[in-house]
Formats: sequence, structure tokens, C-alpha cells
Amino acid sequence: MEGTGLGWIGKSVKRVEDARLLTGRGTFIDDHPPVANACHAAIVRSPLAHAKIRGYELSAALALPGVVGAITGEDVARHTKPFSVGVTAPIHYYCAATDRVRFVGEPVAVVVAKNRYIAEDAADLVQVDYEPLPVVVDPERALDADAPVLHEAVGSNLAGNRRLVYGDPDRAFRDADVVVNERFTFPKYASTPIETYGVIARWDLLDGVCTVWSNFMGPFIMHPLTARVLGLPENRLRFIVPADIGGSFGIKSSIYPYIALIALAAKRLGVPVKWIEDRREHLLASSSGTDRVAYREVAARQDGTILGMRFKWLDNVGGYIRSPEPGCSFRPTGNFVGPYRFQHLEVDASVVMTNKSLTGPNRGYACGHLYFETEGMMDRLADRLGLDPVEVRRKNLIQPDQFPYRTPSGGLYDSGDYPAAFDRALELAGYDELRREQATARAAGRYVGIGLALAVDPSVSNMGYVATALDPQFRAKPEYLAKSGAVDSATIKIDPLGRVIAILGTTPQGQGHQTVVSQIVADELGLVPQDVTVVDEMDTFTRVWSISSGTYSSRFGSVGTSAVALAARKLTAKLVDYAAHLMELPAPSLEFRDGAVRLRDGKGPSYSIKDLAGRAHWNTESLPEGMEPGLQATAVFGFTVAKAVDAEDRVNSSNTYGFIAEVMAVEVDPETAAIKILRYVTVHDAGTIINPMIAEGQIYGGALHGLGGALYEELAYDENGQLLTGTFMDYLVPTASEAPQIEIAHVVSPSPLTPLGSKGLGESSSMTVPAVIANAVSDALAPLGIRINELPMTPSKLWKAIDQAQRTPTGVSAPLASGALQPRRGVSEPRESRALRPRAGVSEPRASFSGHPRSDPTSRTSLQ
Amino acid sequence: MKPPKFEYHAPKSLEEALEALGRYGGDAKVLAGGQSLMPLLNFRLARPTALVDLNRIGSLAYIREHNGQIRFGAMTRQRTIEFSPVVAQRLPLLKEATHWVGHLPIRTRGTIGGSIAHADPSAEYPAVLAALEGEVVARGARGERVIRAGDLFQTYLTTSLAPDEILTEVRLPVMPAGAGYALEEFARRHGDFAIIGIAAVVVREGPRCTMARLATAGAGPVPVRLRAAEQILEREGLGEAAIEAAARRATELVTPDADIHASADYRRHLTGVLTKRALTRAIGVARG
Amino acid sequence: MVTVRLNVNGVAHEGRCEPRKLLADFIREDLGLTGTHVGCEHGICGACTIMFNGEAARSCIMLAVQADGAELMTVEGLMRDGKLHPLQEAFREHHALQCGFCTPGMLITALDLLRTNPSPNDREIREGISAVLCRCTGYQGIVNAVRAAAPILVAGR
Repeated sequence: MEGTGLGWIGKSVKRVEDARLLTGRGTFIDDHPPVANACHAAIVRSPLAHAKIRGYELSAALALPGVVGAITGEDVARHTKPFSVGVTAPIHYYCAATDRVRFVGEPVAVVVAKNRYIAEDAADLVQVDYEPLPVVVDPERALDADAPVLHEAVGSNLAGNRRLVYGDPDRAFRDADVVVNERFTFPKYASTPIETYGVIARWDLLDGVCTVWSNFMGPFIMHPLTARVLGLPENRLRFIVPADIGGSFGIKSSIYPYIALIALAAKRLGVPVKWIEDRREHLLASSSGTDRVAYREVAARQDGTILGMRFKWLDNVGGYIRSPEPGCSFRPTGNFVGPYRFQHLEVDASVVMTNKSLTGPNRGYACGHLYFETEGMMDRLADRLGLDPVEVRRKNLIQPDQFPYRTPSGGLYDSGDYPAAFDRALELAGYDELRREQATARAAGRYVGIGLALAVDPSVSNMGYVATALDPQFRAKPEYLAKSGAVDSATIKIDPLGRVIAILGTTPQGQGHQTVVSQIVADELGLVPQDVTVVDEMDTFTRVWSISSGTYSSRFGSVGTSAVALAARKLTAKLVDYAAHLMELPAPSLEFRDGAVRLRDGKGPSYSIKDLAGRAHWNTESLPEGMEPGLQATAVFGFTVAKAVDAEDRVNSSNTYGFIAEVMAVEVDPETAAIKILRYVTVHDAGTIINPMIAEGQIYGGALHGLGGALYEELAYDENGQLLTGTFMDYLVPTASEAPQIEIAHVVSPSPLTPLGSKGLGESSSMTVPAVIANAVSDALAPLGIRINELPMTPSKLWKAIDQAQRTPTGVSAPLASGALQPRRGVSEPRESRALRPRAGVSEPRASFSGHPRSDPTSRTSLQ
Repeated sequence: MKPPKFEYHAPKSLEEALEALGRYGGDAKVLAGGQSLMPLLNFRLARPTALVDLNRIGSLAYIREHNGQIRFGAMTRQRTIEFSPVVAQRLPLLKEATHWVGHLPIRTRGTIGGSIAHADPSAEYPAVLAALEGEVVARGARGERVIRAGDLFQTYLTTSLAPDEILTEVRLPVMPAGAGYALEEFARRHGDFAIIGIAAVVVREGPRCTMARLATAGAGPVPVRLRAAEQILEREGLGEAAIEAAARRATELVTPDADIHASADYRRHLTGVLTKRALTRAIGVARG
Repeated sequence: MVTVRLNVNGVAHEGRCEPRKLLADFIREDLGLTGTHVGCEHGICGACTIMFNGEAARSCIMLAVQADGAELMTVEGLMRDGKLHPLQEAFREHHALQCGFCTPGMLITALDLLRTNPSPNDREIREGISAVLCRCTGYQGIVNAVRAAAPILVAGR
């Protein structure tokens, strides 16, 4: 395993977090009530997808013994403000419905009682008078002129549209030898952490401070948003995050409306209030990625060189647009082109509101969608040109001598060797041998396929990217405040015995920050990890943090670790100065090495960190004149490449960019449509790997999230906006029996932008597995003319496509390797001729989703 | 997701249980293993006035061989069945089916009586009861009656048990020595209820098939005995053509419904595929 | 209200609660043993799995009153003499946990698996731990840990 070659970095150090978590001593939000006598909330939620609220009847609920009180949307409207949203359309998103409900599960009231059982009894007794309204759940249908409109003030269901043009795509398409089109749909799914949301709020009315404990992965931009909603100055709103969070994968970034709602309940009712989301609430109304309809077009030369692409997206954000949406469209702005060199690109991104639950970051945020489409197009192009899918990718890869590489949309890829990583994956998978085995299998009538996927893995989002959603004219207004940044902080304290406490501003959800930081500090200060105690319980009153702080967008491996290294280096510099004073030598002749300040030439006396720490703490007289007493340092690391979006809509939307190359081989059973993964190889370049064991754990987990979305998981709705997968019996989280064996390898291109050379990889294969398995299944079913353009690939849908193909005489054998140019069939229907439209907002004839679950009647195994 | 209030009874004897059940005139629910009922309570989809918990009635948990039958007390845990030597020897189909029931911690609590009385047509035990032509014993205030598998299942989650009756025993005929058997199941995840499951038993004498049994899980509102398909085998033997014909016939005998996990067409198709696979495997292990 | 007397991790406890109180809530709230986690309350995720009279069972779909007179073991009872159980050690060694939320249920389930099948192959391990959902690890570390712990548990018998 590659590392920096010294010390603890690069070693699979066992985790310090494990001891408490293995013995039932973790501190999760529901474990240890931080306040006495907290009352328990149950949230009354809308059973309808779209309705006006005519009134509330609370008397029966309030009369129940043990009930403390209740608040409704009327209180929310009177005592809070709507949340700011990321678009200019007049969308009023409150922490609960005020006059109208727009999705099933939307909060309408909160009942507080002495325990959760009674709170739920009382919630059952709350009567809400609804006037049902027509419902729309399909993002294309939602843009029809006669579609029900969710927000009257907006006038349509289009929350926003941006047409981003980079280079001269029209010319690229004019000059092309071939143009390939496809329509894709990507499902609405969520990472469903096993620990649900939890909020505990206490309002001190005398000093005006609201304290909220929650398993939030922020604070990032959501703290100021929430403060504004509650009408509090930011220094009167305290967010505290317990040491342990039971998974998030982006989902818990969307807890903040509940923070406002529960804080309001605590304020109105005058008691501390605790709310733990249950699984039904979580599936109905927490957060998910968007379902997307995408139209893709690629222009290329006969030799496979890509000249340009056009993307047209309809991202379905549900009943409201909740910040940080519309990141669903713009988070990958800088890496829109992925690992490819083409310069001409048009992106027409529409953000559409329908009567579904709200969306937000979900592991791989927007990148699972992006690469499912792009990598699908690469295979379609290869097929059209009769090239091997490897060749068409190789032809277009950014080359190692091009780094740092500026993408046409403003991304600055910091380092990489994409061809080498791709070759490594092909070699590990034995690609040529796999193709030979495939040919043998095909000759025997078996459906074996090989899929490829390449992706640029962005980490540490630059919060400035969200402004890409706004028109340049809007951004040019003098009153507009530009946004940019990606910072994290760390404080390191050395005690009189030379041991260390490191304090982070992060909110880990299983990533092992304590372990990784102990490795970094041990290396920097010449200690062993056991000498370092790491504290990562976020508290906005005591931690150093800024607008972008939090644990999201694969930040820690890149920006958090950098802050730690810098804080340690500040301290070693101080120790050198101090030792120079004690030794009466010039500081430049000394260095900090192996836990002591030593002469650079290695001769003579040295001062150990323990010795220096003892003297500095116990005898401040020994400090040189002007030196600040104490041995502690805080560093705030910020990327200088994080700049605001420019007038041409270019933005470096992330700060470090890794790379993923994957090969998967599958076999499809044509009788049952079951997909069996035969081989799965994934190669990652995330720069310096600090702890390979933890890094690979992220890859395993990320891959299974991607597989879930590709095969099993969907928040599926019927046409009335009722969720059909509202239990864990119907929302299918993959188990160990579904999880594939994964072969992992690393290529290391250290980032020049971070002190340790590390990049993030927390999202990793979640963004490539949908692509690689769709491509593999398409390849397996190529003899039948089937191509996957819709996820999840349920056996029922896949069998229907196979069955139809087998009944159609055109579905004859056509080995991919020979590059035969036969028309192919999508899982839903052929849409190859569909032209991209220049603008959204005009209705498009909808596809008939053959075999799509939404057309099926409600599941009878569904409990909801 | 907390259960609503209910009155709770944990009788020590069947008589007490029947008495408690009778008192509520249909508003009480019998709690056996609880692996289906408790989720329904937690979702508040079931709101019984009272629960009559059978878990304290030790006399309802047994496995006995009697008159060519294996008799199971209704409260016999699936886990006990899974590891029972008698079941392994006499009812290997039931052992195989048990492996498909949920997961081990579910089988710790889940009972044979509860699974059958719950009558989920996607579940494995009702299919086995149908395939083996088993019967159940119901006790009520008016005494005891025996209900054959074919008369028990009415529709989804509905049996011919009266509200004041308790299913006390499940009786399965001992499988003929040397019988081939298989339970083939297709589910989207391990441990899920079947999209389609097929239970098969064949008894062969040389090339002849003296007995064939086929029953479905997941292919309609109740487990379906595929008698017409069985007859093809009993008439034509166990050759490939007969298996194909039986599998084809099986698809015509079911009227599955669609749900979020599978269309009706797919279920019907799978009925044929899995019938063929179950028969092939059953024939492979049959002796005689 | 009902009285529940039971033994948890070798310690006798007594509590009073409504008959409808779920066993998982009783363990966490009334006994203060918060190592047992609640993830779905409908018996699917397995985070709440405990040993009930020596066999793994879901505590979110049992009533506390049903545990009257029972012997339970929760994750807090795995350690012996201040040392991690070999299965806990293996989980640490093989990075079988990340956020740790499913871990208590996973440990209990794996222990039950190894008791009923002391030398499982990988397929059997995967089937066994399919009873518990984990969203962090992709399960590979857990499979590795259970495989590694199996012979140690056999030897320690």
C-alpha cells in the first residue's frame, strides 16, 4: 500500500472509535438525554400528496393525559420565516406546511407529550381538514401547460432552468461524423442510514439562546439559514452534535428543517423537546437524490474522438426546493466532462417540483446520475462506431501531462494519471481474457456482459457552485454577494507531558476521523497515535468553524486532514523557535524531526517534545521574549482554488478530484432476469491514502450504495403521490447476500493542493456502480438488442424487455466485439431519434414506461 | 412507530386463552411469534382491543409423530423446526422451506402456527402445507375441528378460522421414503417473501411417477396446488417433455397479482420457470 | 401497568411499564442499556437484535412484558473480565464497523450464527448476517471478521 513512506500515514491503523462502538458505549443522539425532563414529539404528517389545509382540530389530542401541547402550521407561519432557497423563484418553504401540503408525509403539526407512545396516540387524534388538489409526480408531466401547479406564486412547476454553454457545442455537432442520442431515467433513492434523524431542542427564554442537539452533519450553510428562520442572531443558536452519528451519506444534511420545527415547539410549549424520527417518517419524508429524466447527445468523429456533448436534465426535487438543492444539477459543474478532453458542452438543467418528498445530497450527489448517462453514452458511441468500449474511452481521456487540467466548465483537476489507472483496472480484471470468456459463453447461449465506467471523483465542494443556478445577470447585480469557499479547522493542544488533544470541527458519521487524525498528528509530532486524543463533537459555540464546515462532499480526507497537518506544523514551528532560544542557536539551524527539535546536521543535543512541553507550560519565563505562552495552535485550511462562479458560468465546483476506473462482468439469467455479478474491479486514485483500511471501507460501502440504486432501491410513488415503498419490506436495502465481492486497487497521484497530498473518497464507487452495472447488463443482453437506460433494473422490468426481445425477430445475435451496427432496444422503448430541445419549460411527450413499478397497483406487502 | 394501547393477556393454558379470546368477540388478536403482527401494531395498521399472547402456553410447542403424520404444536418455533432431526428425516421439504423463512432471528420467534394462520400467500409454510396436503386443528368454544389445507386459505391474510378459534396444531403427512423434493424460490433479496416460490415433491418408481405434488407461494391470493400439472407427471412420467408440459401447465393454473416488486406476467412466467427447476431438482434427489 | 422481572447480562432487573412497551424501548429507556439500537421498528434492519434466552431475536417486535422471567444478553454483555469478546476483536481487526449503529445487532446475530454453525463458509456467513442491514461497510469487513472469529470461538469452547 502506498503512503508517504514515513510513520503512521499509509498504515491500516485500527480504529480508536471501535472500542466504544463494539461495546454499546457509543453516544448517539437517542442514547443520552443531554437535558432533564425532555418531552417527546410526534409529528402529524399529511396523508395527501397535494391539498389545501382548511383547519386543524386539536382538542381531542390536547385532552389526552400526558400531552403537553401542540403546534400547527399556523404557529409555523406566525413565528418563523421560510427558508432561503437556492433559486430566485418565489418558493416559500417553511419547516412545516402552513396553508397547503405538497407531498405525502409533509409535517403539518407537532404534538408533544411526556413520552413517545402518548405523543403518537395524540398525533392520531389530531384532525386536519384537507381540500384535495390534483397531483403530479412525473417531472415531464409537471411541465405540461395543464399540469397542477404546486406553487401558485411561481406560476409553473419549474423552480429554475439554466442553459449553460461551454465552448461552441453547436459547431461541434455540425462538424461531427456521428451523433448518438439517448434518453435516461435515474431513480429516486436514498442511503437510509440505519440511525434515523434526531433533534433535541431547549430554548432558554431569559438569555435568548436556543440549544439544539442533533445528528446533523453540518453546521455548514444550514446554521445561518436556520437562525434566520427562527429569528435568532447566529450567536444565539447553538448546534451540538454528539460524538457518534449512525451513518448519513448526505441524507442527514437535510435534517435542518426539523431543527427549526422542534426548536419552535420547544419555544412555544416552554419545555425541552426531543424528536426521534421513525423509519416510516424517514422513508416518507427525510431526503433522497432526485429522480431525473435526461436526454443525452454526443458528437464524435469516426475515430471515436468526442467533439462535444449536450445534456438536458429534468431533476425532480419534490414539493419544494430545499437547500442545498439545486445542487442536484450543479454540484458536478466543474467535472461535467468527467475524465474526457472534449471542449464543447451544453447543459440544459431544469429543476422541477412535483408532489414527491424533498431531495438533497445523497452519496455521490448528482454524480451517480452524471456518470450513468455519460458512461452509457460512451458505450453507445463505441457500439455505433464499431469500436471496443475501452478504445473509445482511451481515445478521449485527459492525459497525465495535462495536469493541472482546467475543464471547459471551470473545474481544475489537480492531479491524476487516468490512462494508468484505467489500464490498472483492465489488467486486474483481465479484460482481454474476460472478453474471450464472454465469447465462449455467448456461443453457449449464455448472457455474459462486461461493463466499464470511468469517473472523476470530486471532493470538497466549493460552496460557490450553488450560484451556478442563478443567472449571470442576477449575479452581476451590485447587491449580490458572491459565494466561494471550502474550509475546515483543527486545534491541537500539547499538554505538559507532551501528549496531544486534537479538536476538530467535523461531524463524522463512521469515517474514523479520530483514528485518521491521530495518525496525522503522530507523524507530524513524532508521537504514536495512542498519544493523541481526538475530539470531534461539533459545538457551534466552542468549535472554530465557518460557513462550509461539516462532513459532506468527501471533505475530510482532503480539507479536514489539511487543517490538522497545518495546525501541527504551526506547533512544530513554535517548538523549533522555543528550542532555538533554549539552545541559543539560530532557528534555521534546527528542525523538528522524530519527536524532537534537533540540529539539522543531526549532531549535538536535542529537545524532545515532552521536554519542551514541560518547560513551556511550567516555566513561562523560559519562553523567548514576545512568544505567546501555551502550546496550542488552531489552523483553518481553505482552498484558494475555490472561487466564485464566473460570468461564463465556469466554476471549480470541487477542490480536489480523484479518479475511478471500474470493470464489472455479469451474467443475466434470461429465464428469471436475475443478474449475477461475476467480477467487479475498482481502481481509485484519491492521492495519498492515510489509512488504507478505512479508505477501502469507504469504497466497499459506496459501491453497495450504488448497487442499491441500480438494482434494488427506489422511493416509488403511484400517480396519487402515495409512496409505494414506505417500509423496509418494500424499500429494499441490499443485504450481505446481495453484496458483491470487490477487487480494489489504488493508484496514487498526490494532490499538489493539500499538505499531505490526500483527496476525498467518501462517495467513491456510489457514483460509478450504476454506470458500470448498467453497461455490463447492456453488454450481456446485446444479442437481444437490449440497452439499459432506466434504473433500477428490477427483475420484473428486465424480464419484460428480454421477453419482448425474444418475441421480436430483429433481436438476433450481434456480438458486440464485431461492432455490428444493429439498432438496439432500450428497456422502456427506443428513443434514439429524440432531438434535444433548446429550452426547458416546454412539454415533452412522455415515455410509456413499460413495466415500470409506478404503473403497478399498491404493493400488498406494503404496510404503509 | 409505537403500538397503540391494548389490553394484554398471557394465559398459561389453551382454555384460558380461548376464554380470553371469546370475551372480546373478535376484537382481540392472537399473538404467536409476533413477527408479522408486531410490525402491524407498530405501524398502527392493527388496533386490536386486546392481545391474547400464546407464548406462555408451553403445551402448544411440540413435534410428535402420530399415525403417519408429524404433528406440530402451533407455537413450535421455526427455529426448532429448522434444527429438528425428526423434521429433517420425515419432512425434508419443510426443513428446506424453513431455511427460506425470513432470517434466523426471525425464526427464533416465528412459529409454524402463526405463519400459517397469518396466511400470507407469499410465505413458505402455507405452500408446504398445500403441497403436502396437510391439515390444521382449530380449537374454539364449541370444540375442535380439523381443517384441510385446501379449505383453510381464503384470500390474502384470511383463513377459515373463526375469530374465536385458535389454530392449535399443524399436521403434515410424513413424506414417503425416497421422495424427491425441492423448494425453489425467487425473491429480490435473501430472506424476503417470495416473488414466486414452488414447493415440489415427487415419488418415482423407475421412470414412473407415482405421486407428484406442486404448490405455489406468491402466485395469487392463496397458495395454489397445481393439481393439473401434477397429473401430467403422474400420467406421463418424469422425462424432460413431461416436466416441460407440467411447467407450462403450471403457468395456466395461476392468476397472480402485480405489486411493486413484480408484474403479474412476470410472476406467471416465473411459476413455469421455477416449477421446472423445482421438479428437476426434486427428481434428482428422488430414490426409487 | 405490568411488572417485568428479567435477567440481563447476568444482572437481575425489575421494571414497570405499559403492556405495549416494546422490549427494545424497555432495554434502552428503563434499563439504561443504550447499546441496543432501534433502526426500523418493524423487524427488518436487525439493529435491535439481542439474545433472548440464548437465541438471537428482534427486540423491536417483542413486548417488554414478554421478557418477564427471561434471560437476555445485549451487546453490553459481550465483554468478559474487561476484555473484548473474540468476535468484537475480530470486528475491530477487520474493519467490520464504521458508524457502529448496526454493530450491536450484527454482533449478536453473528454470535448466534456461529453457535448454530461453528464453521460457516462465506455463503453461509453472508446468509446469516443478512438478518442485519448495514449501510456503511458493504459487509465485506463483517464477513471477514466472522470468518476469522469462527475458529477462535471453536477453540475457546
